[in-house]
Amino acid sequence: MTDIQINIERKTYPTATSPIIANLRLSLNSNEFICMVGPSGCGKTTLLNVIAGLDNDYEGEILVGQQHTHPKIGYVFQNPRLLPWRTVRENIELALDGNQSPDVIDELLEVMQLTASQHSYPERLSLGMSRRVSIIRAFAIDPEVLLMDEPFVSLDAPTARQVRGLLLKLWQQRPHTVLFVTHDLREAIALADRLIFLSAAPMQVVSEIVVPIARSERGNELAVESFRQQLLANHPEIKQLL
Amino acid sequence: MDTLRSSYSSASSAFYFSNCRVGTFLINLKKLLPTLSLLVFLAMWQGLAVYLNSNTLPTPEVVAKVFWQGCVSGQLQFHLGVTLLRLVVSFTIAMLLGCAIGIVLGRSKKLDAFFDNWLVIFLNVPALVTIILCYVWFGLVESAAILAVVINKLPNVIVTIREGTRALDQDLLDMARCYRFGRRKTLIHVIWPQLHPFVMGATRSGLALIWKIILVVELLGRSNGMGYQLHLFFQLFDVAGILAYTIAFVAVIQLIELLILKPLDKKALRWRR
Repeated sequence: MTDIQINIERKTYPTATSPIIANLRLSLNSNEFICMVGPSGCGKTTLLNVIAGLDNDYEGEILVGQQHTHPKIGYVFQNPRLLPWRTVRENIELALDGNQSPDVIDELLEVMQLTASQHSYPERLSLGMSRRVSIIRAFAIDPEVLLMDEPFVSLDAPTARQVRGLLLKLWQQRPHTVLFVTHDLREAIALADRLIFLSAAPMQVVSEIVVPIARSERGNELAVESFRQQLLANHPEIKQLL
Repeated sequence: MDTLRSSYSSASSAFYFSNCRVGTFLINLKKLLPTLSLLVFLAMWQGLAVYLNSNTLPTPEVVAKVFWQGCVSGQLQFHLGVTLLRLVVSFTIAMLLGCAIGIVLGRSKKLDAFFDNWLVIFLNVPALVTIILCYVWFGLVESAAILAVVINKLPNVIVTIREGTRALDQDLLDMARCYRFGRRKTLIHVIWPQLHPFVMGATRSGLALIWKIILVVELLGRSNGMGYQLHLFFQLFDVAGILAYTIAFVAVIQLIELLILKPLDKKALRWRR
């Protein structure tokens, strides 16, 4: 299938003297759930924007299969970024291109438990609901890569757990390649097939760790916690990144 | 105990009803206030006119008569119609051009830096000067009149829309780019709703400004329309005619506000809490 290769030689902001990303190489296997963990301000959002094609001022290349193109991106931003003057449903419909059937929206709304709110305006939704809408929008376009930029930050713990559970359910029904940014190691372990630890600027990959916990065990907080302890004991270099 | 409770509840419901009546009375009063203020205004006018007893301030009754005669003869509708037509044409041109240029200047820093001085110049040229120059350069023709009005209004629209465009939410624009909305979708669903308050602002201030300028344009170089007619009344010292035409004009502008602008506002802002 379409494996995606990301090589960023260098990314420097015009006003900065040193690069924020240097020699970063990522390869994404298809339908793999990858969590990127790194200190805040290390350039994770910058990396996502580069991959999304929102920031083209960098040296490097992005390969989809063997081709130099930008993959089709579903992006769940840190803030939901819904259009406040369009209803929930219209917000999702707008992201679809003309060829797609709107039936997919009904299914996604159903899974994310938002069918009843589909004609509401975003200002009437809670933050947790808005986040769910933005996740639906990202899945609806059937992207080659799903980017998620700390989508559960500033949700209270029970809501975060609920939305996380819904996200996993959705992803298992419709597998996609996911690149998920977080600074919460427990969250990362609960979600990911593979963890990628990133250093502070200039950002590089420090280590990559496969999470062996079975998908059925991910809801089990004890299993997640014991893996976390083990991880921190075996990889002392990770500690300073958290 | 039961009787006590029932008497208490009946007392409280009586209190509730009386309170309710006072409430509806107050609401009715609030609805009546605009009408009341208009009546007070007319009464004051009547009182002052009777007290002064002068040709320069006719009573409301005289003005109403002149108004009616104007309507019957068709003169009032004709001149009002001509002016409104000029208003619609010049307003449409100014708004369309102004929105387009305003969006471009708001999006491009280079173009904005270049044209900013031009804008300042055009903003500060007195309306009378542009009108005179248009007539001198292009003759006393309809297109010169329209052009003069457009030139007066255009810089205002551009400045307002440029501010609106600068204030566009970059996060939403990025989202639209990421989801490949394309130009059309982005303009209709992302940019336009954000510009709407600015466009409505430009529309309101524009209507108020344009119709004042149109009167001057007509006064100086046209042989029909409200401005021409007012000029005629001025030469005849016919204050009743001036007031009758003024009232007709104000009423029409109010109707535009009530029947066109308010509903537009309501429709566009339905998403707000």
